[in-house]
Amino acid sequence: MSIKENNTPEDKNEENKETHKSALPESQGRRDALKTLATVPVLGALAYGVYKKQKYNATLQDVKDVFNVSKESPTIAKMQPNGQQIRLGIIGCGIRGKQLLRAAGFATPQSLQDLIDAAKKNSKDTRYKDFKEQEDLNIVLAGVCDIFDTFAEQGIAAGSNIYREGVGGKLGPTPKRYRTYQEMLAASDIDAILIASPDHWHSTMAMEAAKAGKHVYVEKPLSWTVPETYMVRETIKQTGIVFQLGHQGRQVDSYNKAKEIIDKGLLGPISLIEVCTNRNDPNGAWVYNIDPTANEQTIDWKQFEGNEERVKEYMDYMTKYNLLKYVGPEERTKFSLPRFFRWRCWWDYSTGLSGDLLTHEYDAINQLLGVGIPHSATSSGGVYFFKDGRTVPDVLQTTFEFPDKNMTMLYSATLASNRNRGKVIMGHDASMEVGDTLTVKVDSASTRYKEKIDKGIIKPNVPFYTYVPGKSNVDAVTSATELYFAQRGLLYSYLGGKRYDTTFLHIREWLECIRDRNKKTSCGIDEAFQEAITAHMGTRAYLEGRTMYWDKDKEEIVRGELG
Amino acid sequence: MKNRLIMYSSSQTFWLVLLRLLIGWHFLYEGVAKILSPGWSAYPYLMDSGGFLSSFFQSIASNPSLLGIVNIVNAYGLTVVGLGLILGCFSRLASIGGILFLALFYLSHPPFVGASYIMPTEGSYLWIDKNVIEMGALMVLIYFPTSQIIGLDRFICKFCKR
Repeated sequence: MSIKENNTPEDKNEENKETHKSALPESQGRRDALKTLATVPVLGALAYGVYKKQKYNATLQDVKDVFNVSKESPTIAKMQPNGQQIRLGIIGCGIRGKQLLRAAGFATPQSLQDLIDAAKKNSKDTRYKDFKEQEDLNIVLAGVCDIFDTFAEQGIAAGSNIYREGVGGKLGPTPKRYRTYQEMLAASDIDAILIASPDHWHSTMAMEAAKAGKHVYVEKPLSWTVPETYMVRETIKQTGIVFQLGHQGRQVDSYNKAKEIIDKGLLGPISLIEVCTNRNDPNGAWVYNIDPTANEQTIDWKQFEGNEERVKEYMDYMTKYNLLKYVGPEERTKFSLPRFFRWRCWWDYSTGLSGDLLTHEYDAINQLLGVGIPHSATSSGGVYFFKDGRTVPDVLQTTFEFPDKNMTMLYSATLASNRNRGKVIMGHDASMEVGDTLTVKVDSASTRYKEKIDKGIIKPNVPFYTYVPGKSNVDAVTSATELYFAQRGLLYSYLGGKRYDTTFLHIREWLECIRDRNKKTSCGIDEAFQEAITAHMGTRAYLEGRTMYWDKDKEEIVRGELG
Repeated sequence: MKNRLIMYSSSQTFWLVLLRLLIGWHFLYEGVAKILSPGWSAYPYLMDSGGFLSSFFQSIASNPSLLGIVNIVNAYGLTVVGLGLILGCFSRLASIGGILFLALFYLSHPPFVGASYIMPTEGSYLWIDKNVIEMGALMVLIYFPTSQIIGLDRFICKFCKR
């Protein structure tokens, strides 16, 4: 545009004064109108730009024929109305036991007081509010069993804090303390048992609870020795009680979407899965605090030692395969605070990385792909960082082969580096990283997506699809900003719906299955058996230094020949 | 009116009008883009807020009804400011509105020493970022108005005077 005359805002007014009352000359009026509307074409240009851009975006999203994922996100089913109240007992009120109680709605007044104080200091800290609002599962904690007095008292304090208050708040009835789990299992006022004892007790307690007619929620892994794995499966099946293994990962929202993507073949044939554990602090490496009130008077060491039959199975195996260097080093009968609190560090009680952490990863993959027990397992690793006298390795690599699925699963763990490595499922057409969120990247050499890649509609090797739980609007194409947020854990689920603690959901599911026997728990005894055998194969491969095979027909672990 | 005293050369008018159009384009497309993307929400942006007012911005994000209003005000407010500047329609008001938006954007993500944001930025900033520069430019447009020369205000003002 060009403005040739004297350009003041009032120039025309000046002119008007001269020619007032007379009509503007025609050319003057036209020029006036032109100046008034001179910038309108800019809007046209912008509208054209927007149209072009929308059209381009539409072609980018034109992937429905090759990549189509449902927009539904799972919702939590309402609790059955008028369901029976379930009377729980808990065996083991250590770290995990207290977490289970809390997920079920029972927290000690002291722990809640800490949350209340934290909320006073920081208004953004809503943990107490969230806990207070957590759904009531219609349960009572009727009994608490722990062989350490302090843990038992904490369990009792949590169980009686039914109004979920801080220190000095109103309390409900006090759960009964049992000094042995056998006494608790004999009690008639208990319907179901939570087991959060050390690994070497899991199966024994689960079997005895089942025989006593109690429903069982047992922490992972299912078993400590191989022989008991078969026994516990048989017992649980025979008694028909409701059984849940504590892999709360079964409740992770994004896994459902991941399963849908895999089932629809959107990743193409999957040849390799990489799963990892990365921790880098003493707590993560099982060097837990030693409670100052712990001593020979407050701990019943005899019970800690374990079930004689189990210990014999363990010792028989260790002796037969010349693995006695992994036993001990201290006598099982000798009282030891580190061994009591940090039992995960010794094979005498523990299943090591395999049982504690690999199982979570394996169970997730078994949930997604239904892989079952692997054909073979090979392991290597060692005690490389935490040289504190432990016998279980702090670095472990285990390779599982699934030849009938044309696939390998690699587990890689270190307790001395935090570097984040996700669960990655690698297919010929795309790979998917699975966590609380999902990210799919299309492979540059994909066959399925070749045409779209060639047309520039799909860009390979950059995030193509992201699923963020609770986010209602799931686009096929991931925008850069969205991805930043997804990766940094700024979850939309605060908006769309409520966020749930997965352990809460897992216990809730188990309770709902007890109330309605037609329902099935998501990590039942068959899944648990597969999990335990897989972990044992990995462990045995490490201990014996040779490949372990699974004989499907005989249901037996078979050793590979050495050399 | 102060405006009576202003007299621009042709090139001054040209560049002032062009500046108005550039800023108007920026605002208008920011608004239109938000309106056209159905799932858009200010939520992540607000949650990413830093600096001394971050708790204020985050509290908006965590209040769903307030967030809903903020989303609408944002998308349509930016659009209206953009239209006002491009068309030269209530240009002064549009400039003031634009400055208010920019001030909020600046305060939610101030480029102070030590600040880091998830929101990707395309440059490096210390204290002064592009929001501040755009605010400065809008101030210039308030004190060097052009909409009564080129723009609907030319008509509107005449109408008002009658």
